[in-house]
Amino acid sequence: MGLNLLEFALVLAVMTGLAIAMGRWLAHAFTDPRHWAPERWSYRALGVDPAETMGWARYGLALLLSNAAMMGLGYLVLRLQGWLPLNDLGNAAQAPDLAFNTAASFITNTNWQAYAGESSLSNATQMGAITFLMFCGATAGVAAAGGFVRALARADSQDIGNYWVDFMRMLWRVMLPLCFVMALVYVWQGMPQTLTSQATATTLEGARQQIILGPVASFETIKHIGTNGGGFFSMNAAHPFENPTPLTNLLHILSMLLIPSALTVALGHMLLKRRQGWVFFGAFLIMFVGFLALVYGAEQAGNPLLTQAGADQRLSATQPGGNMEGKEMRFGIADTALFVTTTTAATTGSVNAMHDSLTPLGGFVPLAQMMLNCVFGGDGVGLINLIQYAILTVFLAGMMIGRTPEFLGKKIEAREIKLVMLSVLAHPASILGFTALAMLWPDTGASLANRGPHGFSEVLYAYTSGTANNGSAFAGFNANTPFFNTTIGLAMLAGRYLTLLPMLAVAGSLAAKKTVAVGPGTFPTATPLFMGLLVFVVLVVGGLTFLPALALGPLVEQLQMTAGQLTP
Amino acid sequence: MSTPTMNTLTPTAPLAPAAAASPLAGLLGPCLRGAVFVALVTGLAYPLLTTGVAQLVLPRQASGSLIEHGGAVVGSALIGQAFSGAGYFHPRPSATVGPDPQDASKSLAVPYNAGASGGSNQGPTNQGLIDSVTERAAAYRQTNGLAAGAAVPVDAVTASASGLDPHISVANAQAQAARVARSRGLDPAQVQRLLAAHTEPRVLGVLGEPRVHVLRLNMALDAVPAPAGQAPAALK
Repeated sequence: MGLNLLEFALVLAVMTGLAIAMGRWLAHAFTDPRHWAPERWSYRALGVDPAETMGWARYGLALLLSNAAMMGLGYLVLRLQGWLPLNDLGNAAQAPDLAFNTAASFITNTNWQAYAGESSLSNATQMGAITFLMFCGATAGVAAAGGFVRALARADSQDIGNYWVDFMRMLWRVMLPLCFVMALVYVWQGMPQTLTSQATATTLEGARQQIILGPVASFETIKHIGTNGGGFFSMNAAHPFENPTPLTNLLHILSMLLIPSALTVALGHMLLKRRQGWVFFGAFLIMFVGFLALVYGAEQAGNPLLTQAGADQRLSATQPGGNMEGKEMRFGIADTALFVTTTTAATTGSVNAMHDSLTPLGGFVPLAQMMLNCVFGGDGVGLINLIQYAILTVFLAGMMIGRTPEFLGKKIEAREIKLVMLSVLAHPASILGFTALAMLWPDTGASLANRGPHGFSEVLYAYTSGTANNGSAFAGFNANTPFFNTTIGLAMLAGRYLTLLPMLAVAGSLAAKKTVAVGPGTFPTATPLFMGLLVFVVLVVGGLTFLPALALGPLVEQLQMTAGQLTP
Repeated sequence: MSTPTMNTLTPTAPLAPAAAASPLAGLLGPCLRGAVFVALVTGLAYPLLTTGVAQLVLPRQASGSLIEHGGAVVGSALIGQAFSGAGYFHPRPSATVGPDPQDASKSLAVPYNAGASGGSNQGPTNQGLIDSVTERAAAYRQTNGLAAGAAVPVDAVTASASGLDPHISVANAQAQAARVARSRGLDPAQVQRLLAAHTEPRVLGVLGEPRVHVLRLNMALDAVPAPAGQAPAALK
């Protein structure tokens, strides 16, 4: 127990240190007047002018259209798998609805998977469609955060930067070098990195064991650094090849938190308001620690029904105890709890345990974090989501004291609040709307692995994960039907672009405004008070929106579990 | 690689207002070329370069950490495998399935199928989960000669997430040690020594959990010469 708490403290301390270093690097990359050679080659290959200045609309359009082209190319590769090389297991191409779902999933940084990677994708597809789209989604997200923060820093300006420059810099200065180095560390720890598809072993007891191999390490790096989360194998980062040791587990966790946490520091540097960056970092951290405590407590306490069935769940020197169903021995409870919290905070969606088998309160945590969608959040979008709540907070505070709210020296007026509300409302509208539709859909029951409240949680989790661009699942749920592939695909696109584009518009609108001087009526936003208020607003808005749905799923199941009631 | 688009955009100032007039101007070409360019860099060059370097520097790990014994591959150091013989330590329950040899459209339980990883995904109040745990606990007590109703280490009766977990807890291994020693006719102290030697500690003293590598421990047991007059019961 004490050792577990020490581990949590150490991980968060290292994460903070990395955030500072990475934050400075990101700020430098976003503002450096010089272009590196590979960046210049890229501009030439694309045929773009790096000196072009873009307003928010053009910036957003460049992001949207380039993502559409990448998604289209990814879709094509998925559909053409049968004709492509490196397919010695002879896997067939994905059906159109599944390929749409997969391409939408990976370009939106969701990485929801309605397929099992090891038994349906060739190594060519794992690289040319999946690894490629993982780079695209993540890099576009960080680029957007760069444009967003740059806009906040400007006044009286129509120019929020150049999308191509932001994208290529994040690709060449952050994603590719980090991924390459990390991939070699991962191979050292045991991850395969080969173009061979399989090995065959004869076990000690004489059985034949087919072992699927592939370019796993180069996949895992961008999967976590890019807060993507889709697995090479069906069981994702619980699979020993995707997460062989407690050290790789730690590196996965630090990778997921790296860019979302560093962006707060980068924001502080770019706005020349370091304290503001730390206030955002602090708000992230408070919520993270709270949720971590909840899931760790619930999983370590275990499932009383398992104790009745004869299992010993006590923590001791010789076993981690707790609810070990769907968990791996090398991670035990503590490393699993930390991973569960991180992957749904930083909306990665990678899993090192089966979330479907978490205790009800343990499963409540990933759901709640994806619903809030701003506990660190995904690469780039997490910070943007938090700032959306920050604007809402100064608006509410302004209402209370009867003054025009200001944020970072700009007046917040009707246009900004309308756009913020569009973004705030699109998220629950997609989650709750699609969940309600699915509950009415006659074939939903056939997709469920569990009945009762847990079955409802499976459906709610699917649309929450899709909309929040997370990608983890209550994986017993069979989402590979035309209905779920289409609706979850739409939820992913809505969740990505209906929050990102309105917030880019807000940024563009703020960039065009004049800076107002700080006066006695200005509500300071770089203080602990504001940090507390911000967390409060996030929890109240999120709670009021989602508690009824959560009550029908995990909360009822918790009561069911303590009462000893089973669902057939 | 030089493109006319660059030249028309940069030096001629009069074109700039025209470009600004339509937000779409000059975006379609770069978007299409960008998709292909990024695909070549990140989907082809990056994984192939990584594969080349990894195969050169760390060929054993990069090829799946395969374990060979007597010239044959017996498994991977990272992937668990099924054991049911009385002379072997048994791994955790595995929920992986495989195709039914009678009817390929159906699937049946194939524990430790490394071609299709899988967990049970049963929720905490699922009747099926509780029934399975009850049955496994009873079977475990019987196999290992434990008292009726004795509490069984939780990892011994719950399915892992991947279905390929190569490890068991120390408590689970301790509960099996006497049975393994008896079955092989070995001194229990010797089995304990092997068990201790194949217990992996926490990484850096804090990360992960102490755990026993089942395949390596069982290989070490097989390497111990059987005592005189004792048939090698391991493979029964």
